[in-house]
Amino acid sequence: MLRYSRAKIIGVLLTVVLGLLFVMPNFLSQGARDALRNGFGFLPSGLLPHQSIVLGLDLQGGSHVLLQVDAAAIAKTQINQLRDDVRRILHDQKVGFPGGITVTQRGVEVRIPDPAERARVMGALRDLGQPVGNAGFGGPRTLDVTEGNDGLVRLVITDAGVTDKVRHAVDQSIEVIRRRVDALGATEPNIQRQGNDRILVEVPGLQDPQKLKDLLGQTAHLEFRFVADQGAAPGDVEQLPSQETGGTLPVEKQVIVDGADLVDAQPGFDPRTNEPIVNFRFNVRGGQRFGRATAENVGRLLAIVLDNKVISAPRVNGPIPGGQGQISGRFTVEAASNLAVLLRAGALPAPLTIVEERTVGPGLGADSIAAGKLATYVASAFVALFMFAVYGVFGFFANFALLIHVMFIFALMSAFGATLTLPGIAGIVLTIGTAVDSNVLIYERIREEVHNGRALVSALEAGFTRAFATIIDSNATMLIAAFILFLMGSGPVKGFALTMVFGVLTTVITAVTMTRMMIGLWYRVRRPQVLPF
Amino acid sequence: MKLLRIIPDGTKFRFVRFRKVSFPFSAACSLVAAFLFITVGLNFGIDFTGGTLIELQAKSGKADVALLRQTLEGLVNGEVQAQEFNNGEGVSLRYGAQPGGEQAQSETVRKVHAALDPNYEFRRVETVGPRVSGELVQNGTIGVLLAIVAVLVYLWFRFELQFAIGAIIGTMHDIVLTMGFFLITRIEFNMTSIAAILTIIGYSLNETVVVFDRTRELLRRYRRMPIAELLDLSVNSTLARTSMTATTAALSLLALVVFGGQAIEDFAKVMLCGVIVSTYSAIFISSPSLIYLGVHGKTDAEIASEEKGKLAAAKKSTSARASA
Repeated sequence: MLRYSRAKIIGVLLTVVLGLLFVMPNFLSQGARDALRNGFGFLPSGLLPHQSIVLGLDLQGGSHVLLQVDAAAIAKTQINQLRDDVRRILHDQKVGFPGGITVTQRGVEVRIPDPAERARVMGALRDLGQPVGNAGFGGPRTLDVTEGNDGLVRLVITDAGVTDKVRHAVDQSIEVIRRRVDALGATEPNIQRQGNDRILVEVPGLQDPQKLKDLLGQTAHLEFRFVADQGAAPGDVEQLPSQETGGTLPVEKQVIVDGADLVDAQPGFDPRTNEPIVNFRFNVRGGQRFGRATAENVGRLLAIVLDNKVISAPRVNGPIPGGQGQISGRFTVEAASNLAVLLRAGALPAPLTIVEERTVGPGLGADSIAAGKLATYVASAFVALFMFAVYGVFGFFANFALLIHVMFIFALMSAFGATLTLPGIAGIVLTIGTAVDSNVLIYERIREEVHNGRALVSALEAGFTRAFATIIDSNATMLIAAFILFLMGSGPVKGFALTMVFGVLTTVITAVTMTRMMIGLWYRVRRPQVLPF
Repeated sequence: MKLLRIIPDGTKFRFVRFRKVSFPFSAACSLVAAFLFITVGLNFGIDFTGGTLIELQAKSGKADVALLRQTLEGLVNGEVQAQEFNNGEGVSLRYGAQPGGEQAQSETVRKVHAALDPNYEFRRVETVGPRVSGELVQNGTIGVLLAIVAVLVYLWFRFELQFAIGAIIGTMHDIVLTMGFFLITRIEFNMTSIAAILTIIGYSLNETVVVFDRTRELLRRYRRMPIAELLDLSVNSTLARTSMTATTAALSLLALVVFGGQAIEDFAKVMLCGVIVSTYSAIFISSPSLIYLGVHGKTDAEIASEEKGKLAAAKKSTSARASA
């Protein structure tokens, strides 16, 4: 039965045409692709395939940075906030706690000796813990409140509470990072959450990864405070390192305005000294506070604190109304422009650490593409010649199917917007070697059947039918291995697994169905009596 | 036109007999691999140890490896490995994780960058922190184990348990010998190596399954044939296909080794080794192992009872057809 129904033939031809359509955008310019996307003439937009294969960072060059949110820092802030909340509640309810509030590893403790007072505030204290998520009820709570012996109340932040906070911090950080990376002028950066506490940042085609790391490595928490006068209460002052002098400065703990009230920051030059500076503007609330504070404190030193370091401490020469000001601090032009970007993008909720970084220069990427192309061509030529030498015209059929097979891999990758990586190219080259396997299985089976004395047409038939089960079994094992690789791999390795999966899937269509049709057609046209190999 | 044939038709090699040589040989090779694994150890890349890899290209002329090593050793804690490529124009430098946590890694890269930037182009910089490298090791190991179990289940489902075990023995053999290849050549073991090993698992099973598939078919056809003879016949009748596929796979991998560029060369070499080992093990290890795993043709009594069952089934189907 080497005949096929017309519907089946049309189906296969349609698949090939579809494959061609999906591959086509890869050969077009960006402009032509945009035209396809937007639609032209009588064609509506989005109807034609317009996606092309995305080159991985290892091929086009770029930076891959994996960041981790500092969960310990978040927990610390969370506990400090809890302490402040507890203190506020106890003050509001006028409850006595002679022992003060003690900070523990995971929460706070407070002793409320009077049982009646304790009973009065327990409800309010319990309400500090919110159920995780927005569901409102059900769900694990963020806070465990327990009453111990002799009036000791223990508030412990639960694991769910910490996880929830970290998740929020990651969400906020992603937004901030996006604004910072956009300022680099990078095209199509990829910023996404990975796991619970990590953020993956991929920036293609970046020339200077150091700048990216500088932008990502800073919390950029800006505060305006006053340098403490002599005689200030020691509890209200902390020593902070100063960038100007190299030593430390006593700075008041109270913050006048912080970076959250900034609406704009731009690099500029001081008109008098020609030194690079950052000009900033506050929102209305920030402007009023800043104006009032400067008016009341003429003559004092104003500390501009970035990430707990004093950048500069200029003297307040007069009230600064209007909500505008400038930061000077012996910047280089680049440092000033970086700081402006960071201030515009806002502060990170917690420090981020770089746990993995991979950068490929554009030169290496271009070399890899060239080498990959060459290897693909040579491998194809080797395999095609060999198949032709062994199987003659049947080898030609297999080679044609191989060509379609490679086209299908690229078509699938384009359709899914998949990423082509260097190991991915290796995967394609390897599938070139193994794709003909199905053909070999079939051909060798046909040969055996002829040797066993079958007539040619029935041997052809039997070859395809009997080899099919073997093809399925042998490809299934390959598919399982590739699929697991796809699940657990990352970046380039995932790209390799994907090409393997696509390769195995399409080989069944091209090697089995398409070759079978070609052989059927050949048989009807040539009417051969013997097998040509 | 005279066509090429690598294997003549109708071979009658007595492969199974070779198990008296191939089993001890493979056992010895595996022992050597295990011994090297314990004593010398794999040349782990930064993916698994943590640390930094820097690939440089001299802006003019050749790279001065001795000077580079000296410069780096002044900036970096611990040993610095340097390797030349591209006729000495390129150098890859590798050093371990720096003390002082994640922050210290970035700081060291920055220092190295500042020191070498005037004379070298930075083609690649990769830093893997200690936290991530631990996870990568874990993921890699889980992946390989998961693949083996998944395939075992699939084969058990499609064949019988004996076949599945035979195939897994062959695959383990291939993994061990590939590891031996890593150990002897000192090729760096990294995430790509895990990808290579998983691909070899897939390829090795592919080879074995094709032979086993034939064994299963022949078991049904020649019920009274002694198992050794039947296994020989399975291997011989699939030999042409096995050699063809091994050749095409090897040809394309050879293209990758020669033209694929420095980054992909190691991967292709490992795969090439895997293809050779897999082809050998499918013929000389997995297939003969079935003798010991209790795969056998059916006894006369079994055949008789099965014939009866078939007859009844045939009757049933004819009567069913008649009634329909």
